Amino acid sequence: MSHDGHHSVVVPAPGPEFVPHTVAHHFDTPVQEFQAAKLGFWLFLATEILLFGGLFAAYFYYHEMYPETFKVGGHQLDWKLGALNTTVLLASSWTMAMGVRSAQTSQKQKTLMFCGLTVLGAAAFMVVKFFEYSAKNEHGFIVFKNLFAPYDEATGQLAWFQPHGTEMANVPHGHMFFAIYLTMTAIHGLHVIIGAGLIVWVMKGVAKGRFHSGYFLPVDLVGLYWHLVDLIWIFLFPLLYLVP
Amino acid sequence: MTTNVPVIDAHPAVPSLPKNYLNCSAGFMSWAGTLDHKRIGLMYLIGTGIAFLAGGLFALLVRLHLWEPHGMLFSNETYNQVFTLHGAFMVFLFVIPAIPGSLGNMVMPLMLGAKDVALPRLNLLSFYLWITGAVLATLAIILGGFDTGWTFYTPYSLYTDQAVVSIGLAVFTLGFSSIFTGLNFIVTVHKLRAPGLTWFRMPLFVWAIYATSILQVLATPVLGITVLLVAFERLYHIGIFDPRLGGDPVLFEHFFWFYSHPAVYIMVLPAFGIISELVSVHSRKPLFGYKLIAFSSIAIAIISFLVWGHHMFTSGQSTYAMFAFSFLTFFVAIPTAIKEFSWVATIWKGSIALNSPMLYTLAFLIIFAIGGLTGVILGSLNVDLHLHDTYFVVAHFHYVMMGSIALAFFAGLHHWWPKMFGVMYDETLAKIACGIIFVGFNATFIPQFIMGSQGMPRRYATYVPEFAGYHMASTCGAMLLGCGVALMVYYLVASLLQRKPAMENQWGGVTLDWQTPTPPPLENFHTPPKVVHEVYDYSTLDLHSMQRPIS
Repeated sequence: MSHDGHHSVVVPAPGPEFVPHTVAHHFDTPVQEFQAAKLGFWLFLATEILLFGGLFAAYFYYHEMYPETFKVGGHQLDWKLGALNTTVLLASSWTMAMGVRSAQTSQKQKTLMFCGLTVLGAAAFMVVKFFEYSAKNEHGFIVFKNLFAPYDEATGQLAWFQPHGTEMANVPHGHMFFAIYLTMTAIHGLHVIIGAGLIVWVMKGVAKGRFHSGYFLPVDLVGLYWHLVDLIWIFLFPLLYLVP
Repeated sequence: MTTNVPVIDAHPAVPSLPKNYLNCSAGFMSWAGTLDHKRIGLMYLIGTGIAFLAGGLFALLVRLHLWEPHGMLFSNETYNQVFTLHGAFMVFLFVIPAIPGSLGNMVMPLMLGAKDVALPRLNLLSFYLWITGAVLATLAIILGGFDTGWTFYTPYSLYTDQAVVSIGLAVFTLGFSSIFTGLNFIVTVHKLRAPGLTWFRMPLFVWAIYATSILQVLATPVLGITVLLVAFERLYHIGIFDPRLGGDPVLFEHFFWFYSHPAVYIMVLPAFGIISELVSVHSRKPLFGYKLIAFSSIAIAIISFLVWGHHMFTSGQSTYAMFAFSFLTFFVAIPTAIKEFSWVATIWKGSIALNSPMLYTLAFLIIFAIGGLTGVILGSLNVDLHLHDTYFVVAHFHYVMMGSIALAFFAGLHHWWPKMFGVMYDETLAKIACGIIFVGFNATFIPQFIMGSQGMPRRYATYVPEFAGYHMASTCGAMLLGCGVALMVYYLVASLLQRKPAMENQWGGVTLDWQTPTPPPLENFHTPPKVVHEVYDYSTLDLHSMQRPIS
């Protein structure tokens, strides 16, 4: 163990296809480095939950204020597509967990395969999301091309919300449900895309042999991130699709 | 293990110029890409210092404008922009990041005996997020300014035609800078304490920074989503905060203060930490009630999450909620008072050195007593209905933010200046500046207490002539305060040019930050320290070498 601050601890690679890991200079042991990063990442996940917490608070507040709107609004969503996406994300959480396990046991090919499957799951989720958004666009619940159009003070009509001829036209402030739906699912979707990007980045490291039984920290952390993305959806799905 | 400690008085720090964090490498990239917590702390010091001077300049303009009842300098619209800039710059670019970013970064890892913070790359990222936030805020000024006040209250912030989205993104970015700093410091305290440095041997500055970090991590994300929602509201009218669309502007107030009241403690807890260190070192006495001060920081961190409604006593929230918020506001005064009493008891019968850091500390103790007690006055429901949105509130929070936090920051700056740079400033000028700042500050804000209690509303560009005398007195005080700060900037910068060497342990501190060469080497300690003594035990200090065994 180094004491002069100039030499760092090196974790040897478990095999020729792997690269040794050099512990950052300000840590004494790889365990200390691992625990520090893990604690930091859990705290980061807490901030993510609090960020979504604001949105959940807004959801409950307006659900309470306009129950009819949320009831009718929820019926406009296709719960089968929502359930499909829930299944896809749950399965991808399993493949991610298997990916982390494979990295911990230095199984390079298996890690790549499971991480690849997780990215496929993310892609499938976004494709389903795309079809859902398209349906909302067609019904006039979220007119995407008018999303940034200015609010018309004179008519009091929102350019992006044109529910004429649907049940949504008859409930108070029908846009409120779809505004919250869009904001929550879009921010969640952004997290899915970021998560998939991180997994691809991890896969590059796996391919180079950087992650193995001696050092699998980034795989572990990205795995945690992916589970959080999954967990938030687990709450979004019933609240938006089923509770009404 | 033995340490070869130079005898200090015979060997001043500077002339020998051993390799330290300042001179170990040179060039732009050695700073812009540095992972060293001390260099990052120094960059924060420069950045937040510039933001403070800019915010202070806006304050002086506000005060000059109010010299006459009809306003002397600006149109009403411009006045709104200038006081908004003052608030936004001071709160988001100075008071929140200044102490953790500069002194926290510089000193806390030294106090822990660590080589760096736990996540150095994240630390540099925090600083660049701060820079990005500062650039976005400046961009908002160029795009036409913003006039919402630093609180961005809806619905006005949704309807005004000014650059609210830009400043909102600035606040969002600065929020993440703050979150990452807090996260980093929590991990550092948990994982990088030197052997023997138990939780109850940690200096109280570390305890305070730790409590602050908890608040930064747990409160700031809510502000992040709030300003994001305001930006969405302006960009695509989601309606959550917009009463035209069935939204509730009071929900914004709840969201905003759920962050921004804990943020008050994000600002003030590090100041408490500095004062805890300084009263002990400059009175040469162990802190009275060490554990009480440590736990009161944590108690404040917890209770501060439950008092946000006291900003909204006139918003029409439920009466029962107001009872609870009022009670909890009184309650949070208890751990705060514990600190004040402990500091005074520490000084009691100590061997008090009336040097400039101690003078700033004493000024803090007086000003904070007033700032804290007027907070209790504002926490009572019936009184607040009268005082809400008056200059009394302005004076109260300036006694806390400027008079307490900024003065504690100055105290800490004077205390660790010799440690950071190895040079000493002109003590006589420093004492004079401290006196000018103290007098100028009180002259600025005592008249505001009086006119506020008489009903002078805050944020107005004009006022009835009856208040002219108070406003003139306040403006004179502000100018004096400005002169004091200018003098301070002068002698601090001059000290860097004159390079009068500081002593290795300038004030005779016993915490680990004073048990390493001045300025510290890149890796902080030549020998990894091991803590064998209790904290603030001055009997262990070798008065000849001003060192105590660290390993």
